[in-house]
Amino acid sequence: MATPVAASMSRALRHAFGSEVSVDSFRRVSGGASRETWLFDAHVGDESYPLVLRRDPGASAGHTERSTEFQLLAAAASAGVPVPTVRVLLEPDDGLGVGFIMDRVDGETIPRKILRDDTFANARPRLAAQCGAILGAIHSVPLHTLPSLATQGATTQLHQYRAILDTFGEPHAAFELGLRWMEERAAGLPSGPSHVGLVHGDFRNGNFIVGPDGIRAVLDWELAHLGDPIEDLGWLCVRAWRFGNTANAVGGFGTIPSLLDAYEAAGGRRPSDDELRFWIALGTLKWGVICLVQAFTHLNGLVRSVELAAIGRRVGENEWDLLNLINGEW
Amino acid sequence: MQDRPTASELLQAVGEFLEHDVLSAVEGRVAFLTKVAMNVVATVRRELELGVQHDTAQRERLVALFNRDGTTAELERELAAAIRSGALTDRQHAAAVAHVTATVREKLEVANPKYLSQ
Repeated sequence: MATPVAASMSRALRHAFGSEVSVDSFRRVSGGASRETWLFDAHVGDESYPLVLRRDPGASAGHTERSTEFQLLAAAASAGVPVPTVRVLLEPDDGLGVGFIMDRVDGETIPRKILRDDTFANARPRLAAQCGAILGAIHSVPLHTLPSLATQGATTQLHQYRAILDTFGEPHAAFELGLRWMEERAAGLPSGPSHVGLVHGDFRNGNFIVGPDGIRAVLDWELAHLGDPIEDLGWLCVRAWRFGNTANAVGGFGTIPSLLDAYEAAGGRRPSDDELRFWIALGTLKWGVICLVQAFTHLNGLVRSVELAAIGRRVGENEWDLLNLINGEW
Repeated sequence: MQDRPTASELLQAVGEFLEHDVLSAVEGRVAFLTKVAMNVVATVRRELELGVQHDTAQRERLVALFNRDGTTAELERELAAAIRSGALTDRQHAAAVAHVTATVREKLEVANPKYLSQ
């Protein structure tokens, strides 16, 4: 994909900074083929600003639009959620595609470094509680401040992932056991308007910018939707996001009680163990199905890759986790 | 019967080549993919060692569960459908959970044995 045109970028930024802006040092960050993230620097007089461009050259189904993400970040920031400051929403006249420009927050996003590097030794014991506090803030974002978002509750998602699973035509008895267990419990989850909130949708180790002081920003809002807020707590505890630190159920860095205590203190509704277990199980199934999708992306010849091929053999990890969850383990 | 090296010994040689020659000569994304490829080679070696024994055990459990003969693939498909439709008796459901747990354990013994003890 072509590097964004510097002149167009300067023009788009001039309004936000109120003076002439020059831009340089563009580098693409790995990501989806249809969704781009570029790091670059802007210069205004003697000042330099490290910035990020997020854009879609074309429309992509199943994800929120960039303009929606822009409004979402603004609403989250107003509610006290740590997010990068958004500078500019691109206009069609800018000729840069659909997207926005935001500040680049300094820190680390790679989970294994966050879990193992000395730099984060003081931050690690605090991360679970920080996640609880941030989720409390996300889930209290007033719905009237949000852009239009799809509502995706537990039942909708169970149908959705079963449908994806069925497209591969392969028997996955462990997923069937898990789906059956979840389908029997979905109707018993708390429901009604007071249990609907903003759900980040991908709140996990890997989508946080972490410094020696802890979480500085929450990224990747493209799966945000309205739904049961406990979904975010469950997803955060899926074993895949513990990156080998299995005993620390929360992102590989903390415990469930410290997450829930901080969540409750920040205004969140403390879920029962059964509710949390349901959502960890659904998250585990989702990740398992996504692994299958990735393997078939290779097998169908869409993208031939040893990495994608190898992911097909990781489906068993999710099946194992799902069986353990319905058997009462965390 | 083929001459030595066996299939597993050949894969071992490929794995050693990736680890000792390739990995030290590359960096970044290619280094990451080299490690992925090394894992794939190790997985296939474990499958060569354990695959037949796992397939036999899997089929025996399914034959006992349904009390009829069939291929592993056919019976596994039937099992997935029966769990979904709720067609299993309580006794069969318990046997199904035990079978599925054993099967997933066998998958991980091939794909990522460390995962079972982490």
